[in-house]
Amino acid sequence: MTHYDIDSIRADFPILKTKVNGHPLVYLDNGATTQKPQSVINAITDYYTQINSNVHRGVHHLSQLATDAYEVTRKKISEFINAAHDYEVILTSGTTHSINLVANSYGKQFVREGDEIVISAMEHHSNIVPWQMICEDRGAKLRVIPINDEGELDMEAYAAMLNERVKLVSITYVSNTLGTLNPIKEVIKQAHDQDIPVLIDGAQAIQHLDVDVQALDVDFFAFSGHKMYGPTGVGVLYGKEKWLDRMPPYQGGGDMIKEVRFEKTIYNELPFKFEAGTPNIEAGICLGTAIDYIKTTGINQIALYETELLKYATKALSEIDQIRFIGTAKEKSSVISFLVNGAHPYDVGVILDKLGVAVRTGHHCTQPLMERFDIPGTVRASIAMYNTKEDIDLLVNAVKKAASMLL
Amino acid sequence: MSMTINEIQDELIEDFSFFEDWMAKYEYIIQLGKELPLINEAYKTDDLLIKGCQSRVWLHAQEIEDKIFFTADSDAIITKGLVSLMIKVLSGQRAEDIMSANLYFIDEIGLKEHLSPTRANGLVAMVKQMKLYAVALNAKQ
Repeated sequence: MTHYDIDSIRADFPILKTKVNGHPLVYLDNGATTQKPQSVINAITDYYTQINSNVHRGVHHLSQLATDAYEVTRKKISEFINAAHDYEVILTSGTTHSINLVANSYGKQFVREGDEIVISAMEHHSNIVPWQMICEDRGAKLRVIPINDEGELDMEAYAAMLNERVKLVSITYVSNTLGTLNPIKEVIKQAHDQDIPVLIDGAQAIQHLDVDVQALDVDFFAFSGHKMYGPTGVGVLYGKEKWLDRMPPYQGGGDMIKEVRFEKTIYNELPFKFEAGTPNIEAGICLGTAIDYIKTTGINQIALYETELLKYATKALSEIDQIRFIGTAKEKSSVISFLVNGAHPYDVGVILDKLGVAVRTGHHCTQPLMERFDIPGTVRASIAMYNTKEDIDLLVNAVKKAASMLL
Repeated sequence: MSMTINEIQDELIEDFSFFEDWMAKYEYIIQLGKELPLINEAYKTDDLLIKGCQSRVWLHAQEIEDKIFFTADSDAIITKGLVSLMIKVLSGQRAEDIMSANLYFIDEIGLKEHLSPTRANGLVAMVKQMKLYAVALNAKQ
C-alpha cells in the first residue's frame, strides 16, 4: 500500500479525541453516520457568518453568493460521480428522500396495474417501503431477489425475474447489514437487456468506492451526505436526463416552477423541477467541502486502506471462539456483522459502549433480512477512512470481555 | 407487613452502592437476568409481548387478593436483569400504589440510560404496561 497518512487524517476529526466512560472513543458506527472533518465544521460556521441567504431567489449580493456556493456543490457532486450533466444531480434531504422521489414520480408515470418492481432480500427499509407504497397505489407487485447463506444475491433467480412486466429494479450497492458488495454492473446490464431501468442505493458505497455513474450506466443513484463526512439533511439523487425529463415533479412549491397561474403551472427545468422549497442550503454547501476532503486523500486510496482494514478486522474477530459472522460474501465493503453465540446483540452493545466502543446493534432497518437469517439482530462494526488497526484491536478485546460477562 | 414500593427502591439503591464500578454492577444485573425464568413459558405469547426495537419483553399480570403480581421475561440478558429489578419493586403491590409509583431507583443506581425512550429495549414500554394493568384493575375494583 502506498503511504496513507492516518495520523494526519485522524487529526482532522476533532470528535475522535472524545473519551467515553474513561476510554478513548472507538467509533465503528460509520454505517449509521460518519464523523465530520474540521474543514466541514468550519464551513458550516463560515456559511452562517459570511453568506447566509436564500438561494435561487434574490438579486442581492448575499443571495448570489449563497446560490453560487450551492451550485458549486452540485458541480462537485456531478464530477465526483462522473455525471454527464450537472442538472442530472438533484439535491434531496438524503437517500430516503431520493428513493421516495423516484418511487413516486417514476411510479406515477410508468407503473401500471399488474406491473412489477424488483428489489432484493437485503434492502434497507428505505428501499422496501417506498416501493411497497407505490405498488399498493398502482396495483403492482413487489418481487424480491433471494440471497444465499453467505448474503450474496441469487443472480439466477434475478435473471428469471426479469420480464416485460418489470418496470424498475432497485437494489443496494453495499448492504448496510451484511457488507455485501453487489455485482451491480451485471445487475444493470441484465436489466438493460430488457429495457428496464435500475436504481442503485449507494448510501453505503459512495464513501468507500469510486462511483462512476456513466461507466455503471445506472439510471438512478441515491446517497446521503452525512455518511460521506458531510452534514446531515442533504443527499443526492442522480438520474439520467432521459428519465428525469419524463417524470412529473415529486413535490410542488417554490423553486420548482417556471410560471404559476391558477389555470395551469409550468414546471421549471432540471434539476429545479425536483427541488421544491428552500433546500438545506448550509448542508448542501458543506457537502461540497466534504467531497473536497475526500478528494485530498482520494477515494481509491481510501478504498485500498479500508479493504485492508476490513480484512484485518475479519481475521481478528474470527479468532474469538464464540463468534458467528452474518454476511460472508466473497466481495464485501466496510461492514462486519456478527453475533457472539448465545448473547443478544443488545447485551453485547451495552458492554461495548461501557468500554468506549461505538457499534450498532439491532436489525439495522433490515427486518426481512433478519428473518431470513432467523436472528433478532446483529452487532455491526462499520469502518471509515479514519479507523485504525488499534480500533479493531480494542473492538476485539471489548467483544471478548462482553463474551466473558454474558456467556 | 410487606415492604412498600419506596422501601424496596431504597433497599436496591443501598445494594447497588456497594458496587465499585460499572462492571460489578452489570455483572450483578446479568446474574439476575440469568437466574430462573421469570415467566411461565406458556405466557411467552405474542399478545403478552412488548416490542422494543432491539430486545423484546413479555409481561404477565395477575391479581391476587387486591394485589398485582407480575412475571416477565426478555430475550436480552441485561434487559431481563432490569426487568427483574422492576418486578422486585412493583410486583405484589396494590394497584393504586403501582399507578402512582415514582420509580426513582433506576436513576439513583446509575442505569438511567436504559430507561430512555430512545434506548428501545422494551423496558419503558414495560413499565408503562405495568401501570396500565394497575389502572385497569383499579377501575374494576
